[in-house]
Amino acid sequence: MRAAVVVFPGSNCDYDTYYVLKDLLGVETDLLWYRETALHRYDLIVLPGGFSYGDYLRAGAIARFAPVVQALPEYIARGHGIVLGICNGFQILTEAGLLPGALTKNISQRFICKTVKLRVENNATPLTQLFRYEEIIELPIAHGEGRYIAPPETLERLKRNRQILLTYHGENPNGSVENIAAIMNEKGTVFGMMPHPERNSEQLFGTGAGLKIFRGLVHLV
Amino acid sequence: MTKFELALGLSQREYEAICAGLHREPNELELGLFALNWSEHCSYKSSKRFLKLLPTTGKRVLQGPGENAGVIELENGWCVAFKVESHNHPSAVEPFHGAATGVGGIIRDILSMGARPIALLDSLRFGEFSDPKARRLCVGVVSGISHYGNCVGVPTVGGDIYCDDAYADNCLVNVMCVGLLKKSELKRAIAQGVGNKILLVGALTGRDGIHGATFASEDLVGETEAKRPNVQVGDPFTAKLLIEATREACQLPELIGLQDLGAGGLSTAPAEMAARGGVGIAIDIEEIPLRDPTMTPYEILLSESQERMVLCVRAGSEQKFLQIYRKWGLAVAVIGEVIAERVYRVRHEGRTIAEVPISLLVGGAPEPDFVRIAHRTARGGTMRPAAEAHSALHGDRSWCEALKRLLHSPTIGSKRWVWEQYDHMVQINTVIGPGAHDAAVLRVKGERFALAVTLGGNGRYCALDPYEGGLRAVCEAVHNLLSVGAEPLGITDCLNFANPTVPEVLWAFEQVIRGMADAARAFELPFVSGNVSFYNQSETRKIHPTPIVGMVGLLRDIECRVPMGFQREGDQIYLLGKLSGKVGGSEYLKVFYDAWGDALEPTDLELERKLFQTMLTLAQQRLLHSAHDVSDGGLLVAIAEKSFVRGLGAHLELDDLSEGNLFGEWPTRFIVTVAPEREDALTELLQSGGVPYRRLGTVAGDALEIAGERILVEELRQAYETALDL
Repeated sequence: MRAAVVVFPGSNCDYDTYYVLKDLLGVETDLLWYRETALHRYDLIVLPGGFSYGDYLRAGAIARFAPVVQALPEYIARGHGIVLGICNGFQILTEAGLLPGALTKNISQRFICKTVKLRVENNATPLTQLFRYEEIIELPIAHGEGRYIAPPETLERLKRNRQILLTYHGENPNGSVENIAAIMNEKGTVFGMMPHPERNSEQLFGTGAGLKIFRGLVHLV
Repeated sequence: MTKFELALGLSQREYEAICAGLHREPNELELGLFALNWSEHCSYKSSKRFLKLLPTTGKRVLQGPGENAGVIELENGWCVAFKVESHNHPSAVEPFHGAATGVGGIIRDILSMGARPIALLDSLRFGEFSDPKARRLCVGVVSGISHYGNCVGVPTVGGDIYCDDAYADNCLVNVMCVGLLKKSELKRAIAQGVGNKILLVGALTGRDGIHGATFASEDLVGETEAKRPNVQVGDPFTAKLLIEATREACQLPELIGLQDLGAGGLSTAPAEMAARGGVGIAIDIEEIPLRDPTMTPYEILLSESQERMVLCVRAGSEQKFLQIYRKWGLAVAVIGEVIAERVYRVRHEGRTIAEVPISLLVGGAPEPDFVRIAHRTARGGTMRPAAEAHSALHGDRSWCEALKRLLHSPTIGSKRWVWEQYDHMVQINTVIGPGAHDAAVLRVKGERFALAVTLGGNGRYCALDPYEGGLRAVCEAVHNLLSVGAEPLGITDCLNFANPTVPEVLWAFEQVIRGMADAARAFELPFVSGNVSFYNQSETRKIHPTPIVGMVGLLRDIECRVPMGFQREGDQIYLLGKLSGKVGGSEYLKVFYDAWGDALEPTDLELERKLFQTMLTLAQQRLLHSAHDVSDGGLLVAIAEKSFVRGLGAHLELDDLSEGNLFGEWPTRFIVTVAPEREDALTELLQSGGVPYRRLGTVAGDALEIAGERILVEELRQAYETALDL
């Protein structure tokens, strides 16, 4: 098991994610500079949260052209491993067309940082396997552009294939369609989530639900 | 004296001092250098005399005032660097960019010490929110802080907001940054070693912010719109890259010193580095990477473009540094060298175009006449009288209704609307974040100890009584740290005042400093860094004298942190410290009577010291289930805040239901809760510590109850949570 946390110019949750994988879970983990393209060594590649390229133009719009993101389609197609995008990483994956839909400005037009409740919609995936179906968990969000949107036929497909993994429970903080907070691709190899699991991976910060997400990912691969 | 010289903000006397020091008339470029270096903002020429009154030494002080930030030793070789700074004038004119660049500037100060910035706190002051201008400024400032702080990846973990008409024309934006470093990583803003190289790194130099420092050294009058070009524009993305690149550069032993380019840009930073090293610096103006190649040497030197730093590195090692900054996509150039002659020399294509002695440029500004005159005459002089004492208070108001309305006032109410727009969790160290307690608590990965930080200050107290107000500002910060169980270690302060040439302003300035100094001495706490912001006034309005105090404390064991809120039904509620007092100076009087009331009651520093020791012991022995200091709003507000955390109410057994007792803001007290079985242990400890106490009641139910009257916690929470909805 070997993981990589990609470092884009402007990533700011890279060390946090690295800390959880390396120091809390003991996984061999590298911080991977955005110019790297040799990805086959890794079983898990995480695109962390932050403001890659300052989120200029649109969150993730410039990062999708980074060499490491350009190398992802082949990595995925060859089945080398799993890709997880957290927050800005999720935005990059949708911009790059590796996940369907788009993430747009919060309906409040403001950045929002708080802990939210989420419901597990599918627990038969690496990301969610350590939770019960329909379990309510808590994770923090911190984003200005987290409102998930997609055309009706895409939503239909997401539902049919059970690609919606987490939905906001109780309160929808950003106006996402169908309360969507996390999805995966059809094959279950690419994951995107707006909440930050690395921010609730220790009892010190809450329930530790985030650690179960990493544990699930690492366990299976 | 020509109009041009006056426009630079230099006085006739200063101009003469320059000529005398140079033995000639300065040229235009040199005059520009002096205007910036001798501005109030950079030289502290009016405040120096008074700042010397503050205690600055202590056994944990690694770096006191005089550098970009102060540094205090923690445990296991860890140190904390911290400083607070104002960005008031720019924020009043251009709230978004003014506040954003304020965040950027203080982060680079911390970076200059070799530390990684780990937390930000903001103290903001606006006019009343019934005024649309105050709301617009607040929205702009908050989004500016949010924009910059979030992107740069440093959590905003605390601070405070007050609304008062005194700030209607001059809002205050004070930002504190806290950084963590190992003792061995400590850096200074110094240039040394003849022949060593001077590097400029970060963003390109542009025309923005020219004369920002002189702008900050004038009253804010008339067409402030015309000052908009004086406000710099920040780029948090570049700042984030600058943090990462500079952290790498700090690991190289060839790095001799580094300094942020803030107010005054290249006209001040290299000169200050040379002054500290006892050397001179020569820079070649054509080497500076520009945003616009048509800039003149004058514009280049005086530019305040953000996200730039100056490095002094050992000759021959330049390439290593160039590589690091290029890897991060930043501009970097060797722009000069250290020279033996103690002058600041500016060369243009080999020709010297400005040359002034470092000693004259840095620290050579004469103390203005008004300081000496006012210092002699104004002492005890024309202090603004306190507002009329309020004699006839209405006793027939229900405490429930009064409490609800107080909780709904913007100064007291929840600031959730603000801090939810700040990323307060990034770096995953925030154990206690904004709005959750009196101070924020940050863990240090891999260590048992944690850091506690707080920032705040009450200007109204200082307007009533500047000495007592200054003293209370320090005590309040101490209380905030004690509440979470941390031992206070060091202070940083930002002194926000009106025009110091007005004798009563300068008098209040001195009084505030004397009050802060006396409090700090009582607790044996050093001031390790700080900032002065004068000229916060318009044609019609002066701000309150507003010292903002930032403090850092050590929580020896993170497991011993004390929560703020009621934890369990049946727990006993105690008031510790001073048990009675008056209502003067309170938010209650302001909200209900639009009055300030009687003079403030003087703080008993002897009792403060006892409480200090006792609170630390209580936390270490893990006797308390919760602790909260009583400050703005008084006793019932503090109790309500404790009830919101878990929705737990209380039966209060109060015999004195006077306004003074319920809503007075007299100092030196905490409300704590203890498990019934530990009550005896608590009271024993309080008695042996000489701390007066009184049992207030029991944690119970979902409502607050006093003397047969009750109100649901949920109803109070509604009022509290909707106080600030902009």
